[in-house]
Amino acid sequence: MDLRKNPNEAAAWKGIWIFAEQREGTVQNVAYELLSEAKKLAQDLNCEVAAVLAGDEAIEGQVSSLFEYGADKVYLITNKELKDYRTAPYASAITDLVNKYKPEIFLIGASTLGRDLAARIAVRINCGLTADCTALSIDPVKKILQQTRPAFGGNIMATIISPNHRPQMATVRPKVFRKSKIQNPKSKKENTIIFTPTINQNDLLVKIVDVIKDESVKVNLAEAEIVVSGGRGIQDPKNFKMIEELAQAVGGAVGASRATVDAGWISAHHQVGQTGKTVAPKLYIACGIAGKIQHLVGMQGADTIVAINKDPDAPIFKLATYGIVGDCLEVVPALTRKIKEVRG
Amino acid sequence: MLDYLLTEEQIMVRDLAKKIAQEKVKPVRAELDEKEEFPWDLMKIFAEADLCGLWIPEKYGGFGQSVLAFCLATEEISRVCGGVGVTFAATALGGTPILLFGSDEQKQKYLPDLASGKKLAAFGLTEANAGSDAGGIETTATKNGDYYILNGTKQWITNGGEAETYSVIAMTDKSKGPRGASAFIVEKGTPGFSFAKKEKKMGIRCSATRELVFQDCKVHKSQLLGKEGMGFIVAMRTLDLTRPGIGAQAVGIAQGALDEAIKYAKQRVQFGKPILSIQVIQHMLADMATQIEASRALVYAVAKAVDAGGKDFTKEASMAKLIASDTAMFVTTQAVQILAGYGYMREYPVEKMMRDAKITQIYEGTNQIQRNQIGLALVKESAKS
Amino acid sequence: MEIVVCIKQVPDTTEVRINPETNTLIREGVPSIVNPFDENAVEEALRLREKHGGKVTVITMGPPQATEALKQTIAMGADEVFLISDRAFAGSDTWATSYTLASAIKKLVKYDIILCGKQAIDGDTAQVGPGIAEWLGIPQVTFAVKIEVDGNKAKVERLLEEVNEIVEIPTPCMITVVKQINEPRPPSLKGMMRAKKAEIKTLSAVDIEADQNITGLKGSPTRVVKIFAPPQKGGGEMLSGSTDEMVSALVSKLRERKIF
Repeated sequence: MDLRKNPNEAAAWKGIWIFAEQREGTVQNVAYELLSEAKKLAQDLNCEVAAVLAGDEAIEGQVSSLFEYGADKVYLITNKELKDYRTAPYASAITDLVNKYKPEIFLIGASTLGRDLAARIAVRINCGLTADCTALSIDPVKKILQQTRPAFGGNIMATIISPNHRPQMATVRPKVFRKSKIQNPKSKKENTIIFTPTINQNDLLVKIVDVIKDESVKVNLAEAEIVVSGGRGIQDPKNFKMIEELAQAVGGAVGASRATVDAGWISAHHQVGQTGKTVAPKLYIACGIAGKIQHLVGMQGADTIVAINKDPDAPIFKLATYGIVGDCLEVVPALTRKIKEVRG
Repeated sequence: MLDYLLTEEQIMVRDLAKKIAQEKVKPVRAELDEKEEFPWDLMKIFAEADLCGLWIPEKYGGFGQSVLAFCLATEEISRVCGGVGVTFAATALGGTPILLFGSDEQKQKYLPDLASGKKLAAFGLTEANAGSDAGGIETTATKNGDYYILNGTKQWITNGGEAETYSVIAMTDKSKGPRGASAFIVEKGTPGFSFAKKEKKMGIRCSATRELVFQDCKVHKSQLLGKEGMGFIVAMRTLDLTRPGIGAQAVGIAQGALDEAIKYAKQRVQFGKPILSIQVIQHMLADMATQIEASRALVYAVAKAVDAGGKDFTKEASMAKLIASDTAMFVTTQAVQILAGYGYMREYPVEKMMRDAKITQIYEGTNQIQRNQIGLALVKESAKS
Repeated sequence: MEIVVCIKQVPDTTEVRINPETNTLIREGVPSIVNPFDENAVEEALRLREKHGGKVTVITMGPPQATEALKQTIAMGADEVFLISDRAFAGSDTWATSYTLASAIKKLVKYDIILCGKQAIDGDTAQVGPGIAEWLGIPQVTFAVKIEVDGNKAKVERLLEEVNEIVEIPTPCMITVVKQINEPRPPSLKGMMRAKKAEIKTLSAVDIEADQNITGLKGSPTRVVKIFAPPQKGGGEMLSGSTDEMVSALVSKLRERKIF
């Protein structure tokens, strides 16, 4: 809503909402990350935090987890047409919910689903939407949301506000905020609000026909604690086998630079970077990756970064916790051997 | 970069060829060389970009009919890969006999497909016993009613087996010596026309080099180019016209090698500084660059003269091919030397460039034959004065 | 088939740097290019036209120099192009941009499919495509890696995080594409000649009947208040020695950090 046209409305918009993305009936981690961050923001605004959960009836089983991570309220929207995400029915139901209960801030995880949904809702509701935020704060004077996010391929950071429109919407990059459970979760029974959506036939025109799993993805990259990534420096597509072996030895997932994905060496599901996935594992091992900014923005949140590269001037060494200048083809198998030896 | 006063269209051709060479040829050149794989995908891209018809008049689906434009494209492609460059250029060699001597019907039948890149062409002159001594060819074309029966084997034919359209020189009347050869257009798939032995070569390995085998191959008399007995005239005029193209290929290969040598010298630090700052290296690069520019200038000058309707360019065309190919060999060898140990390794592109360059001193008339031609032309000119 | 592609001219962000002292972008010498994902969209449009016949129209909202980007699409094979340019559009965020493009599309063309690149490599929002779909009231599919059209239905394969999803969507619709969908073709000489001769129509806010309260900075709900250089993470430790020595040292350090 444009507050300039409805100046008396400003006070009616209260509370921070987060969208509890679910896939195949399970709430995704990004929802819990958003809840934890929303709790902090809510302190500065002295308001409540609510989660919006949509799905079929079975999704009800996921509600308590949202309270465990800090929701004061959960808005539950159930209908069989909402079992799996489709843009139109979700956008309609959530827009109606927003217009009825009027949150001042609405955060959505910047997954493919979240970005698809948020962009549609924002136009329908006539509010500002900031994409892919990596930092959020409340302006102490104006009491509005300050949204910071990378642009120009990660070369700059921009801070953005939506002063005159409600809700202030933002999609938030997964793995940027840490989720944490709270001490005394609110009671599910009293704080779950059931919202019955109106399902328009016009919203059901898109049909999901099939879902194809990627066989090369053995460990979920975005959630993995350890990621081993290969770049052009591994020289040959068959050397991803060596990367896979190291990943297996440490119990991690395989990532890849954009260059190797573009060259067809590995599927796009493994791509880490500005136009790929963001990961924030405990350990990120970059093999033969130069470290262009577009890659760094996808992994700089890792706790420990190890870089292995032939070129001592590779930019990745500026970011790495530990750097090894050497030929991946030699160092990576040696590392795999050593780890297997030490872990027994 | 020296301004050769190219037209806007020529600049467009050059820039487009350069863009495609950088974006599409460069990523695959090492693999194509390693696997000796014919670059069909790249030929398709050139076709879609309208680059295949640069030497063909608009009337037959071509674009501009400019030898210079053709040279510019060949140079830019060869700068990235000499093998892809010759594959691109060889269709002009195979199709020029038709362009120069074909009847309107023959031109209508064959040139549009070559212009659109739908089909490739090849030129069949060389035989096992007839290289420099082209007069010694033994492939015969015996007249039989409305047909000529071809028998014999052509050797080392670029695009052999991949092309659809072949310009073939065969003896129709042995008794007449050099005046007894004729030129024919033969289509792939004609019964009695097959291919043998794909050659394994030192360089331009992605280019397909095969024997053409004619065994009682019946070719209709409508496929005769010009008149009986014109065979060697067709061959010589064709080679004259395509020599600048080979010169351009050689200039391209040399330029590519120079680019790599400078790039390397800039970042290779020895004795505390980049080797580019060492005078010895600078002198080597200076000699390389000078020879390239001189070769380029001569190739372009000949191409421009041809485009302007010049009739007398045989000697200069030979000179252009001669100097450009000797330059390519010199420059690529020096480039390997500058990259030293790295230059010898297949991981770096210059050893391939050196392997690719060698053939430019050999095909389309060895450089010894070129010197013959130039020498004889000088003798002839002196006899007039 | 009537296909509309929305493109954006962007600086080549692999070359863009920020001046850490002034916190402004250094744009000198940075070439302007067609947004790479939009090139994929144009290529896909051309392939659909090759398969089904019809017309490819390319539209961009931008400053006058965006005609260069449009010309590149003509050189690739686009049939008709429009530049939507007006002072009134300056400072548009994605809300205003999607409104402006939707207004232009409504006014100028009939469409079966609208194609957009997944995101612009300067803004990186991925919001304009869906915004256009919402303004036009048509269904959307994002992150397409394959598109097949049969009559008035499209079957689209989407590239999601872990899986690929196949959906069916009726036309008219809006589809955003990812890089993996195709290899954009280089321009052709004939295309370049057409592009050179082309006179590009520039349309203003009035021409497309756009409500100027909704366009530009005035109509944009979001506002950029600060731009700054991303924080540099501190450097770490370079290991040395033989391969085995470095690898052993690394493993013990990682164990100290309790990583495994």
